[in-house]
Amino acid sequence: MAFDKSEVEKIAHLARLHINEAEADEVTKRITDILALIDQMQSVDTDAVEPLAHPLDVAQRLRADRVTETNHRDELQTLAPEAQDGLYLVPKVIE
Amino acid sequence: MEWEPVIGLEVHASLSTKSKLFSGTTSEFGADPNTQANIFDLALPGTLPVFNAEALKMAVRFGLAIGAEIGKRSVFDRKNYFYPDLPKGYQVTQLDFPVVGKGSLKIFLQDGSERVIGVTRAHIEENAGKSLHEEFHGMSGIDLNRAGEPLLEIVSEPEIKNAEEAVAYLKKLHSIVRYLDISDAIMAQGSMRCDVNVSIRARGETELGTRTEIKNINSFRFVEKAINSEIQRQQELIEDGGRVVQETRRYDADKDITTSMRSKEVANDYRYFPEPDLLPVVIDDAYIESVRAELPELPDARKARFVQEYGLSEFDAAVLTSTREMAEYFETVADQSGAVQLAANWVSGDLQALLNKNNLEISESPIAADRLATLIARIEDNTISGKIAKTVFETMIEDLASVDDIIEKKGLKQVTDSGAIEKLVDEVIANNPDQVQQFREGKQQVLGFLVGQAMKLSQGKANPGQVNQLLQEKLK
Amino acid sequence: MIEKTVAELSTSLAAGDISSVELTHAYLARIAAHNDVLNAFITVCEDSALEQAQAADEKRAAGDNSPLLGIPLAHKDIFCTNGVTTTCGSHMLSNFVAPYNATVVEKFNTAGAVMLGKTNMDEFAMGSSNETSYFGPVKNPWDTKRVPGGSSGGSAAAVAADLCAMATGTDTGGSIRQPAAFCGITGFKPSYGRVSRWGMIAFASSLDQAGTLCKSAEDAALMTNTMAGLDSRDSTSIDKPVEDYTATLNDPLEGLRIGIPKQHFAEGLSAEVEQAIRAALKEYEQLGATLKEVDLPNNHLSVSAYYVVAPAEASANLSRYDGVRYGYRCENPVDLEDMYKRTRSEGFGDEVKRRIMVGTYALSAGYYDAYYKKAQKIRRLIKNDFDEAFQEVDVIVGPTSPHTAFELGAKTDPVAMYLEDIYTIAVNLAGLPGISIPAGLAQGLPVGMHLVGSDFAEARVLNVAHQFQQATDWHRKKPASFSQEG
Repeated sequence: MAFDKSEVEKIAHLARLHINEAEADEVTKRITDILALIDQMQSVDTDAVEPLAHPLDVAQRLRADRVTETNHRDELQTLAPEAQDGLYLVPKVIE
Repeated sequence: MEWEPVIGLEVHASLSTKSKLFSGTTSEFGADPNTQANIFDLALPGTLPVFNAEALKMAVRFGLAIGAEIGKRSVFDRKNYFYPDLPKGYQVTQLDFPVVGKGSLKIFLQDGSERVIGVTRAHIEENAGKSLHEEFHGMSGIDLNRAGEPLLEIVSEPEIKNAEEAVAYLKKLHSIVRYLDISDAIMAQGSMRCDVNVSIRARGETELGTRTEIKNINSFRFVEKAINSEIQRQQELIEDGGRVVQETRRYDADKDITTSMRSKEVANDYRYFPEPDLLPVVIDDAYIESVRAELPELPDARKARFVQEYGLSEFDAAVLTSTREMAEYFETVADQSGAVQLAANWVSGDLQALLNKNNLEISESPIAADRLATLIARIEDNTISGKIAKTVFETMIEDLASVDDIIEKKGLKQVTDSGAIEKLVDEVIANNPDQVQQFREGKQQVLGFLVGQAMKLSQGKANPGQVNQLLQEKLK
Repeated sequence: MIEKTVAELSTSLAAGDISSVELTHAYLARIAAHNDVLNAFITVCEDSALEQAQAADEKRAAGDNSPLLGIPLAHKDIFCTNGVTTTCGSHMLSNFVAPYNATVVEKFNTAGAVMLGKTNMDEFAMGSSNETSYFGPVKNPWDTKRVPGGSSGGSAAAVAADLCAMATGTDTGGSIRQPAAFCGITGFKPSYGRVSRWGMIAFASSLDQAGTLCKSAEDAALMTNTMAGLDSRDSTSIDKPVEDYTATLNDPLEGLRIGIPKQHFAEGLSAEVEQAIRAALKEYEQLGATLKEVDLPNNHLSVSAYYVVAPAEASANLSRYDGVRYGYRCENPVDLEDMYKRTRSEGFGDEVKRRIMVGTYALSAGYYDAYYKKAQKIRRLIKNDFDEAFQEVDVIVGPTSPHTAFELGAKTDPVAMYLEDIYTIAVNLAGLPGISIPAGLAQGLPVGMHLVGSDFAEARVLNVAHQFQQATDWHRKKPASFSQEG
């Protein structure tokens, strides 16, 4: 499948990465090579094969509905790049 | 051209579990920002989700309540998008294998008719946090208390025909989740939210028109207004030769219009895939049956029982079962007073008016069910008249004394002593010779006037039956 | 003393020949002397290590003789450590101090092991050479112009150069086994779900598995005894009793059926590596095993499928690094989108970004079926191949890597780098236990032999590896420039 520079831009935006003009060609080439490797899968007919999402064939365990956590806001917000009045601050969110 | 709207609802109900969907953090409404956001909720590296058993049970309860297929193997998926109130950068939800499949519910309309509305599916997912836009010198503040709270998203079939049906459907869902005790479903607090899909088509057309989605409507009234306003907008647009664009819109209640929420993202590409930190949720018949065994009586069943057991009219039964609290309140009043119809009248009449006036839920009623039952019992045993009862009722709002004490204290007890009533009747006959004359000439309706005079003279306390009887005897 | 195995050190500590404090001092001195060259550690915790050692000695004096009590170890910097920086080899987390311990860390603490520090790694475990680390490449102690392998390269180099007695690692596509092979040590990846992933920074959730880098299969058994077990905080950790993996180490190999996958001895395998592995297989025959060729017909597609599954999961797992709640945030963002994009582009290195891009693409509208779903189907085929092979054999044995350690900077093409893991990747896709043990030298560089067991056959794999190490001494070989000291 063809992968070009416009695709790089679209995917970079979805992934919230900034790829500048200087890098774009290199990135496109590298990803094209990787996709060529991946495309080797297409050589096998898998129509009748059930997808395997996870190596464990086990059911999800359930957790009892209990409150086990306590408030550690102040400690946790020391990790934050910017916080004020208990809130995490980010550049204005425009809806 | 006659237009036919096609409406579908996506309702999010917050499940009232003690802890969050995948973490042991509490999620109570109204806590200080980020005091209910712990390491998993904040998506700190290396933290992992573990599924809350109660959220599963609540979803299955809902599924059984609407007669839906229960997904015996449901799968969580990641829905990827960036937003500051979404700490992991993906929301855990269920795409292809929801826990609740196809079901339906019945709605009752103003004209007395009923309709069955299909529910396509209901799935469990995580709530996001909140962005606050005020007062941070041009920055937004993020509060993640709500992030990771369990939601049940309930998707209707696109077969709702108008705003009235949409509201009836929403109220029915509201009633069901509260009957099931799985959600507070308080729209004003966001514990129930509604997205509405609206399209219109020429009547008779089978293809659906292009739809718009109105996001996050937070009251029953706004749902009605938003739908009507959007139908009208689409109609005018098409009639003017325009075309409806598939988009997300917002309802502006002040202007009573919907406006486009033009998002920067040209087209969302959520890149769903199975959540690898969680395994498929597998449940068996025994589990389903154990949940079914614990189901409470649901609104439709309760309504039928009220009609059958209490002999109420369909209308009264519908009103009295519209919420679980109202139904329980009524049953207490009816059973304790022994006067079913009076109980129905008082609960749906005076009590409801009182609640409406003060904007209260029945659970917050200033008059408890057992007190209202006593009041009605006093009407039944002729201690007071229905009219005096209204005075007692008014007093009961402020005065927490027992009903009997209030009646005693205020001297409102009905006069049933025949000597005293005879004196009253004699006085009325003496004071109203003209009316007495008219009655004797055959003008029956004057009797009412004379009874009224006697009641007035007794300040409402005389037993109206006795007054009536004695007057008739004396005027023969 | 420092060159000894954990089992030997444990005996010495129990006998009172040496104290944990002395041992810890010895390793700390060793780190001080060599880390500048090897760059194996990102963080060294001198003070807390000595405190832990002191506490271990006190416990010992009080009669505690737990096998790992007082043994100095290093944790790969992917495991969160309460109060100690956890970088995951990335600029994004270069200042991140977790307020919690990973379950693995907690378990070693409880066992009384002494944490010397945090080891260098490929950024977010994405790499096979340790060259993608924000903290610079790790050098192979056997030849410092060469790579130690990756992504657990710091742990492998640290063990090989005796900077610690044992180390933890993680393996998503070969990240324990390949560096163990390149550095001439024993690297064990248990079955998926055997060890809790809680507090271990995720790369690809359905593939990541914690394991051990150490000096013998016996040590791997001792470490796995400590690490393994159900963790209620990890939904993918398995509810299966933990065996005592040391109990069966000495079982004889008489009658053992070894499968030789013909696909692992095909084109691309260096002649010297093949020679060493063939010789090792002869050794197994001497020990009573029989060899049988097995077919893994879809093995050649494992790298392709892996480079869809792993990047897809990673693309979502790494979305949380957005500069909002912790970690790196770019300077003076002009708006929200600028904050996201610059934070992530400045915080992540090229390989991480490349994989996020590939994963995002593979999941995007219109490509999901052709890539992601297809890869899941190939994954099923690969698992089926193993299931069939294990009908006929007990373990599968082959080379860990097609060749010995390559030179730093030798592989600039990502695809060439990805193909490094051609023999190990399928094992992660199938969730099986695998170990790499030293099996020879080729031009002075270690050759790794790869042993794979069926689901949860940890004990068997360790037994088969241990028996080889009882019969040979390849695992005792030391890199010349890092022996004789200490």
